[in-house]
Amino acid sequence: MITCRNLTLGYDGQAIIKDLNFTVKRGDYLCIIGENGSGKTTLMKSMLGLLRPLSGDIVFDEGLTAGTIGYLPQRTDIQKDFPATVREVVLSGCLKRLGRRWFYSAADRQLAAENMARLGIAELADRSCRQLSGGQLQRVLLARALCAADQALVLDEPVTGLDPQVTAELYRLIEELNRAGVTIIMISHDLGAALKYATHILSFSDRIFFGTRQEFTALMGQEAQA
Amino acid sequence: MSIIDQMGRYLQYPFVRYALIVGVLIALCSAMLGVILVLKRFSYIGDGLSHVAFGAMTIATITGMLAQKMLIILPITILAAVLLLKGGSRTRVSGDARIAMVSVGSLALGYLMMNLFNTSANISADVCSTLFGSTSILTLTEGEVWLCAVLSISVVILYILFYNRIFALTFDEDFAAASGLNTNAANLAVAVIVAVIIVLAMNLVGSLLISALVIFPAISAMQIRRSFRAVTVWSAVFAVIASLCGMVISILQGTPVGSTIVAVNIVIFLACMLIGRIMGRAYA
Repeated sequence: MITCRNLTLGYDGQAIIKDLNFTVKRGDYLCIIGENGSGKTTLMKSMLGLLRPLSGDIVFDEGLTAGTIGYLPQRTDIQKDFPATVREVVLSGCLKRLGRRWFYSAADRQLAAENMARLGIAELADRSCRQLSGGQLQRVLLARALCAADQALVLDEPVTGLDPQVTAELYRLIEELNRAGVTIIMISHDLGAALKYATHILSFSDRIFFGTRQEFTALMGQEAQA
Repeated sequence: MSIIDQMGRYLQYPFVRYALIVGVLIALCSAMLGVILVLKRFSYIGDGLSHVAFGAMTIATITGMLAQKMLIILPITILAAVLLLKGGSRTRVSGDARIAMVSVGSLALGYLMMNLFNTSANISADVCSTLFGSTSILTLTEGEVWLCAVLSISVVILYILFYNRIFALTFDEDFAAASGLNTNAANLAVAVIVAVIIVLAMNLVGSLLISALVIFPAISAMQIRRSFRAVTVWSAVFAVIASLCGMVISILQGTPVGSTIVAVNIVIFLACMLIGRIMGRAYA
């Protein structure tokens, strides 16, 4: 559903990633791993249409466009003391559906309620985001992302700063969504999780690797022996 | 004579009625925009722009175009708003320093020009009334009242229509952009509207005190409310109460309008902070 061809990305004409090629198919679980500054977030912004590639193409098919991918930002980008209820935040995921309308419809509100129930935060609907724990806030943002798009989600370091138990719960939740047919593209530091859950891996270490998880483990094995 | 009788007598004068109407409308839209500015960490843009408006005002004064002052002040302030927001990350001076430079720069140049091209007998009184808005709210012409009313009501209507987009833009700009909102255009629109409000608010409280109208009601509302909608509504309510009380007190007691309104705002903020503390965790 997403194909990147000869993609070169960067800021102000300076390339960070060169000649990137990969394909994400419906139902895939792609993990993007690499050091800080290796261009993971740049790639994510390009896929979301926030950043124009220097050259090459990102091709979406089957009616998918950059705007129909849901997006879970890094938690540090969200203001902790922002006065907003869970319901308000999740409903803002329907922004794209507003189109030319001014206000959200009953269907939009229904969708928000369904996604809150799906992620087990329905009873938090009237709580302020300021009162939530890290794991709860991630669920809220995930519900918002699902309102924006239920076919594909881009998650930027979703477990950073969460304790091990909450991390495991969040991974399980993401796995469930993936089983239900949502394509997952996850940026992560967590190689262990990538090897456990991902179907495909895109790695930005010394050189760019793209392939299935099995190919990646085989490659790692070879490198360990060499 | 009771206070009510006294107030009733003052209300027979059209300029008092004009002042009350315009004061409430201006305070209302400053406070609504204030919610955006405070949450986007743009509080100081309001302050910077108000000083630019002061500089522009002095140009209007020395060129003897006071009658058409809006035609001079409005474009200059809007231009400054656009430049302050546009610069982005590519400028050599960082955002807050840039605002501070523009702010004190126009204040200093404005005062300098007032002195160099002296057209009035009493410069200090002119400067003082521009900075602290001492009486200008009471000297509005009918045309200015209509202009203020139309502009403020337009701002309120736009705010309500774009409410959902404003929330998305304020809460998470990247997500809003990924949802197809043109965030550059939206930020620009906010800057232009802020500039318009600041020019209007100059009549009410003077350019030094405008930030108080923008910031205080929003911060007060945030002490006691936890949803964005409630914060916006309460911010508007506090602004209306503060400007009404402030103007009435200043008319009855002869205190300066601007600083009295700000003083009422401070009292409301302190009360909200206290209530927030007492209500405690429920609203944390």
